Amino acid sequence: MTTLIEAEHLHRYYGKHCAVHDVSFTLSKGEVLGFLGPNGAGKTTTMQMLCGNLAPSAGQIKINGYDLLDQPKSAKLSLGYLPDTPPLYRELSVQEFLQYCAQLHGIPRNSIASAINKAKERCGLHDVADRLITNLSKGFQQRVGIAQAILHNPEVIILDEPTVGLDPIQIREIRALIRELGQDHGIILSTHILNEVQESCSHVQIIHQGQLILNETIAGLKQQMNTGIVRVTTRHIPNAAVLLTLPGVASIDKVSEHQIKIHHSMTDNTVERIAEAIIASGWGLQELTPIKQSMEDIFITLTQEPKQVDL
Amino acid sequence: MMLAIAAREFKTLFLSPMAWTILAILQFILAFLFLSQVETFTMLQPKLAAIEGAPGLTDVVVTPLFGNAAIILLLVTPLLTMRLICEERRNKTLSLLLSAPVSNSDIIIGKYLGTLGLLLLMILLTALMPLSLLAGGELDFGKLFANMLALLLLVSAFVATGLFVSCLAGHPTVAALGTFGLLMVLWILDWTTGIEDQRSELFEYLSLLTHFQNIQTGLISSVDIIYFLLFISTFILLSIRRLDNDRLQK
Repeated sequence: MTTLIEAEHLHRYYGKHCAVHDVSFTLSKGEVLGFLGPNGAGKTTTMQMLCGNLAPSAGQIKINGYDLLDQPKSAKLSLGYLPDTPPLYRELSVQEFLQYCAQLHGIPRNSIASAINKAKERCGLHDVADRLITNLSKGFQQRVGIAQAILHNPEVIILDEPTVGLDPIQIREIRALIRELGQDHGIILSTHILNEVQESCSHVQIIHQGQLILNETIAGLKQQMNTGIVRVTTRHIPNAAVLLTLPGVASIDKVSEHQIKIHHSMTDNTVERIAEAIIASGWGLQELTPIKQSMEDIFITLTQEPKQVDL
Repeated sequence: MMLAIAAREFKTLFLSPMAWTILAILQFILAFLFLSQVETFTMLQPKLAAIEGAPGLTDVVVTPLFGNAAIILLLVTPLLTMRLICEERRNKTLSLLLSAPVSNSDIIIGKYLGTLGLLLLMILLTALMPLSLLAGGELDFGKLFANMLALLLLVSAFVATGLFVSCLAGHPTVAALGTFGLLMVLWILDWTTGIEDQRSELFEYLSLLTHFQNIQTGLISSVDIIYFLLFISTFILLSIRRLDNDRLQK
């Protein structure tokens, strides 16, 4: 397997604020890497560094074997980037814009037309090719942004929140496109929609406060997903502090006076212990429902300080 | 790559009414000034004929015309250059260029050449007016060429300044005002030289106007050419440095 991106010990400071702290990872051909994190976690900063828009304060980035600092032109040749705001010249038509992008990326003159046609087809832009970008809806603008990123058939495609502003059908199409592209490219996409990662990625990385806290394959992640949520309704007001002392309870969210959500570990019969504790305290247990396990649980257990009450 | 950026920049100017408006207004004003200059010449002609070595048609018509064109372009260039980098940054389109396999110098020089293309067009259109005099008179082509060269070097310097200020400014209006202010200062810098005992050779050298007028007289000296080339390359280098700095932003 060919390694397309090697990022080593990336740091990025804005003044004294450290936005990215010691992030290292690799991306190989055929992988779709999902970058997950809350707002301000450092996702966009990391992506901007990978694309050469921002210089890392420390660390090294190699794209397709070329160092981004020493040989920026060769490295950027194998790079397609869609930033969080699609970089579109609004006064141009879709066709003109893609033509310009093709020239910028050094596509040979005789294959520009076929490259543009392929990108338009993949992103469903044939009907709007002659319209001005400024007159397109946000969803179509987003698609033009994606078309721009895949136009020159780069080895590495980096998409910053690619499905923002799209309708559900378009989201499905774009996810299918990402999976298709993922077969013979390396893709990084960032998102804070959790099931997007589950649906279209092969690997996942969770970044929080500038640090990489998880780097797993989706399969490995599912094994590691050992937390669950139960919804508990009681007649009397429950004492969260007591429940938090139980081993295996990660955190508690208060839904209403009588209802709480408990994040717990899936091992050692924690739910049984929770039920016993509630009954023993005489709070009058009325409901104890497991909530469908999702990546949200992982996210919460990894990004929240342990044993914290959200009241 | 650089040429692709230049071509795009040049075409984009014509997509908005901006370029057309400026071309039309410039042409109108200069035509008016040209006609009044020709009028002056026809009035002076009998007197001039009596003087030995009197200024000819070219001196009376062409030199003032290009001098006026220079002042109008001083006002116009900031409007053309204000968007160059500033608006790319505001519309977040700069990242398209930064993540493409083009260097920062390609971006800056491409944008520079694209804008200069429009100004070159303006100079050629201006030159057409004196050429029309060939229908009924004779021109000193050497002097006409010197005037065109002077104006070209001058606007090249204007564009370089505007490009740099556009790299600095956060808003196009600020860029336009900044460029205009900077150019104006450089333009009037030698006004102090009029007062005999306060002569400053440094100010005289720095002033754009002195060098422009030197070439206009038909005296193409390397001092003036080098001054303009230094001026242009300084501002282009500063622009490239400034764009590099974007990546390192604190």
